[in-house]
Amino acid sequence: MSDSVTAVKEHSHQHHDSNLQHHFATYEQQMDAGKIGMWLFLATEILLFGGLFVGFGLMQAKYPEAFVQAHHHLDKNLGFLNTVVLLVSSFTMVMAVHCAKTEQRRKVLVYLLITLVCAAIFLCVKYFEYEHKFHEGLLPGKFYSHVGDTVPHQFVFFSFYFMMTGLHGLHILGGMGAITWIFFRAKRGDFNHDYYTPIDLVGLYWHLVDLIWIYLFPLLYLIS
Amino acid sequence: MSETTHTSTHDNHDANAPKIYAAVLGTLLILTFITVAASKIQFGSGMVNVVIALTIATIKATLVALFFMHLIHDKAMNSIILVVSFTFLGVFLGFCYTDQVTRDDLKPLGLKVKPPVVAGAPSAAPAVPGAAPAVPAAEPHH
Repeated sequence: MSDSVTAVKEHSHQHHDSNLQHHFATYEQQMDAGKIGMWLFLATEILLFGGLFVGFGLMQAKYPEAFVQAHHHLDKNLGFLNTVVLLVSSFTMVMAVHCAKTEQRRKVLVYLLITLVCAAIFLCVKYFEYEHKFHEGLLPGKFYSHVGDTVPHQFVFFSFYFMMTGLHGLHILGGMGAITWIFFRAKRGDFNHDYYTPIDLVGLYWHLVDLIWIYLFPLLYLIS
Repeated sequence: MSETTHTSTHDNHDANAPKIYAAVLGTLLILTFITVAASKIQFGSGMVNVVIALTIATIKATLVALFFMHLIHDKAMNSIILVVSFTFLGVFLGFCYTDQVTRDDLKPLGLKVKPPVVAGAPSAAPAVPGAAPAVPAAEPHH
């Protein structure tokens, strides 16, 4: 019993660090493997949103006037504000990764907090936008009840609007959960120059969520 | 020798990284302004505006992927995964779109009998209800 404990201790001592899983030779190899896994997941995310983008493109080609009319109900300024907020949050996220790598531990926490605040601002703005649309009856599919339309089929636009921004909003919520998790791990002092893979991978996910919004903003808010 | 060079370039990269990230953020914000400004101008058909908006969005996405997602310093495999996924998204979009614009309006199969009704004499009209029972009549043979 005590022999096996010593054996385990010696084993982990050989690696100098328990963060390196025994099936990896080096930290670099471990991080590369983690990154490839994350990128494969991001590829599936691109295809998940891709289906909605393709559907949006086809329906816009079919009902161009309805889409132009419908997008006037969206507030461009709020969309612009949210774009800026997400871009800034991407910057603070990459700075958090950088500070984790260079072992500036306090700064990691500060940057992660700013990222979380930006995500919260984004969702608050989205909440006000949704509330306004609920109030006006600008709802997806059969729930559409807006009166005084001159162009039919505007409900199609709002079906896509709510599905795309809703799915994106869920990703923001998921990202906030992940950032909170690495915030507490960073606070506990889990990360150092050799081992900061979790922050890096959460960062990759967060940038993808930003990247999807980069396409959503002009497609939904700036049709002409 | 090569070891030390490697380390020093690595440290240089780390030291310059915040400046590069800030410059990328600045560029992204400027491009966002340009996107909004360009959307207010009507360039010929609406299609041109969509192409301009998507081109700027793609430039922004490339900046995010290269610098914020570190692809510029990463192993090529990660870039390949991203490019391949976008390529297949293009295949998905391209084939759906060509299908949509090249087919006639979809009609239910039963409506195929309609053209003769329009083209032929009024006597062809009773042939349609006549044709309908013919299908169930054929079924008892099975």
